[in-house]
Amino acid sequence: MNDKLIIGGKEITNRFFTGTGKHPNNAIIPQIVEEAKIEVITVALRRVDLTSPQENILNYIPKDCILLPNTSGARNAEEAVRIAKLARACGCGNWVKIEVISDNKYLLPDNYETVKAAEILVKEGFVVLPYVSPDLMVAKALEDAGAAAVMPLGAPIGTNRGLQTKELIRILIDEIKLPIIVDAGIGRPSEAAEAMEMGAAAVLANTAVATARDPVAMAKAFSMAVEAGRKAYMAGLGPVRKEAEASSPLTGFLD
Amino acid sequence: MKLIVNGRDEILDREMTILEFLQTKGIDPSVVVVEYNLDIADREKWGEITLKDSDKLEILQFVGGG
Repeated sequence: MNDKLIIGGKEITNRFFTGTGKHPNNAIIPQIVEEAKIEVITVALRRVDLTSPQENILNYIPKDCILLPNTSGARNAEEAVRIAKLARACGCGNWVKIEVISDNKYLLPDNYETVKAAEILVKEGFVVLPYVSPDLMVAKALEDAGAAAVMPLGAPIGTNRGLQTKELIRILIDEIKLPIIVDAGIGRPSEAAEAMEMGAAAVLANTAVATARDPVAMAKAFSMAVEAGRKAYMAGLGPVRKEAEASSPLTGFLD
Repeated sequence: MKLIVNGRDEILDREMTILEFLQTKGIDPSVVVVEYNLDIADREKWGEITLKDSDKLEILQFVGGG
């Protein structure tokens, strides 16, 4: 069965995306990519520390991965556009995860500024994946703007609290034609599977992998759960009933 | 000559290009991106742009992120 996710003209087989933040060391990243067959991976852009230059994270990301730079650190649309352009100037493709955050407690995205940034970045030729609070009208605005996907949060970043926004994400899946990629807050593979069973196009989890006791094994578990959830969605879940319906014939017993 | 690099004052005792500045700081030019006075500086021009007093540089690189 050919069930590839196509974003920005690229075919993606593994619908589990992960990130490169919070890992105990960079050397674990290529192991995660290999073991979990990761195809899309996020990075951030930061000022170089002139007093002690850091390792280049790109040395740890296999070249065939699709790099998804985020605009973390941006507090408004203008800053997000600036960061996106700088990221593209690094020469690693034109994908961008728009992340505009000015709330330091819950790190909730600023949907309004995110839409503004998306409108600009699409015109600039980026493949735009905006991280948003799940809101139907915002998702429609992003669709109109030409975004490549919509990335609603399951719960606040780094909380591992799971699919708290399930009902709102379900509405996006029903109403929006773009791929819906659940990002942020997913803590367990079962939650990723649940998102996929609902019809999410993909799941991105970074903290859940990076903070697991064994991140490599956890990445693999997430990939398997996402694949299982996708297969279940494609197979069509059986109906939910209030009362029992026998699975075995009720006739033909011994008297 | 005083520059502002990544938001901090940086004193240069002689003229140099962006490329030379990166090299004196031990930064591998192939892994960074440079914003020169708020515009992205083309990699090919780093060896040609000579830094002036009060110039602003942002030197960025990819790091781990989600």
